[in-house]
Amino acid sequence: MIGLINYGAGNLRSISQAITVLGYEARIISSPEEAEGIKKLIIPGVGSFGAALSEIRRRNLENFVRDWLTDKKPLLGICLGLQLLCESSEESPTESGFGIFPGRCRKIRAGKIPHTGWNSVKIINNDPIFDGFAGDEKFYFVHSFSRLEIDCFSLALTEYGETFSSVLKRDSTYACQFHPEKSGASGLNFLRNWVEKC
Amino acid sequence: MLTHRIIPCLDIDDGFVVKGIKFNDLIKVGDPVALALRYYQEGADELILLDVGATVKSRKTMIELVEKVSAHIFIPLTVGGGIKSTEDIKNLLMAGADKVSLCTAAIQNPSLIEEAASQFGSQCVVISIDAARCGKSWHAFISGGKIDSGLDAIEWARHAEQLGAGEILLNSIDQDGTQSGYDLELLSLISEKVNVPVIASGGAGSLDQILKAITIGKADAVLLASSLHSRKLTIKQIKEFLKEKGVEVR
Repeated sequence: MIGLINYGAGNLRSISQAITVLGYEARIISSPEEAEGIKKLIIPGVGSFGAALSEIRRRNLENFVRDWLTDKKPLLGICLGLQLLCESSEESPTESGFGIFPGRCRKIRAGKIPHTGWNSVKIINNDPIFDGFAGDEKFYFVHSFSRLEIDCFSLALTEYGETFSSVLKRDSTYACQFHPEKSGASGLNFLRNWVEKC
Repeated sequence: MLTHRIIPCLDIDDGFVVKGIKFNDLIKVGDPVALALRYYQEGADELILLDVGATVKSRKTMIELVEKVSAHIFIPLTVGGGIKSTEDIKNLLMAGADKVSLCTAAIQNPSLIEEAASQFGSQCVVISIDAARCGKSWHAFISGGKIDSGLDAIEWARHAEQLGAGEILLNSIDQDGTQSGYDLELLSLISEKVNVPVIASGGAGSLDQILKAITIGKADAVLLASSLHSRKLTIKQIKEFLKEKGVEVR
């Protein structure tokens, strides 16, 4: 059973449907009590950094997520979910994220904003999450902030004006800036790899 | 590199795909779920469902349709037509839409753009502009292209962006369904004036016109309806052609 953290803003339905189509079960988690029996956790991504955090707090899910991360249980952050796993974001300067990935997310400075559409993902560190990938797959992005730090946690990079980390990993925490649930067959493969191999 | 998107659009009236010419003479062209699935499998980068029926019955059918379509296709889904409130938007997003497209309601009540952007994020607010040439400029029309709002289409696009629109869907009423090419002049003017992605719509009939919408019109995405429904063009054929001409596609 895969848990989807519900902070009110994210459209959980599409992720839930993608997981169902892969043959697994998903449950929407709006309080810690609902997380009983969950093996893997997804923090989905739509909304703003500060609003998402305060809603996570209001639902008593902040400590639940922090404990989950401390215990190194499998987690995937998607889009805003990636940003919430960083230390902070320019979007809500006074808020602190979960701090798994060092650095502050920055507003995109070049090109049209939001960065909307299908873009390349250049794998720089191989990982089971990319199993079966040829390397020329494109993924659907829609975001206005990104993590520009490129470090030992960066598995893949994407270019849009600047280069940013589009896939990150630390221990059993993964994060992607694109929406795998909206990235067609490549996205579904990425999700399947995470569910089965990560 | 960011690719240019090819977006099929399904005009829906009471559960059926329809297509008109210059916003009139609607004819039924097929089952939306089957057509959506076909375009997804053929490599569509995104899909738009527009409720052109605008009756209470058609609205209800639309929610069910969004639920059905979003269970089968894993690309972004935009839904538009007759949306008047943040409550309408919420219902569509809950049903599986990723973005909503606002036209008449946004012109009549521009604060809806701000409310929607702050509640759901700019990324899910697409402002659809139905534009027609009025003398030397273009006006934005409302109510399915029937009424001139008096607003200058270019000024309205800029204002909508300031209010929080995340994308502009530009429909040329003059070109709609004619398959005689996009309105490149208006397209390039709007693409230059706004800093959000612009989707070109209305008039796609040939590979060359699609290429021009991107190279001359500076469109970030192109919307197609008639020419895909009739199989005059296919998504695969369009992408191969664009690739050959040096345009990045998925």
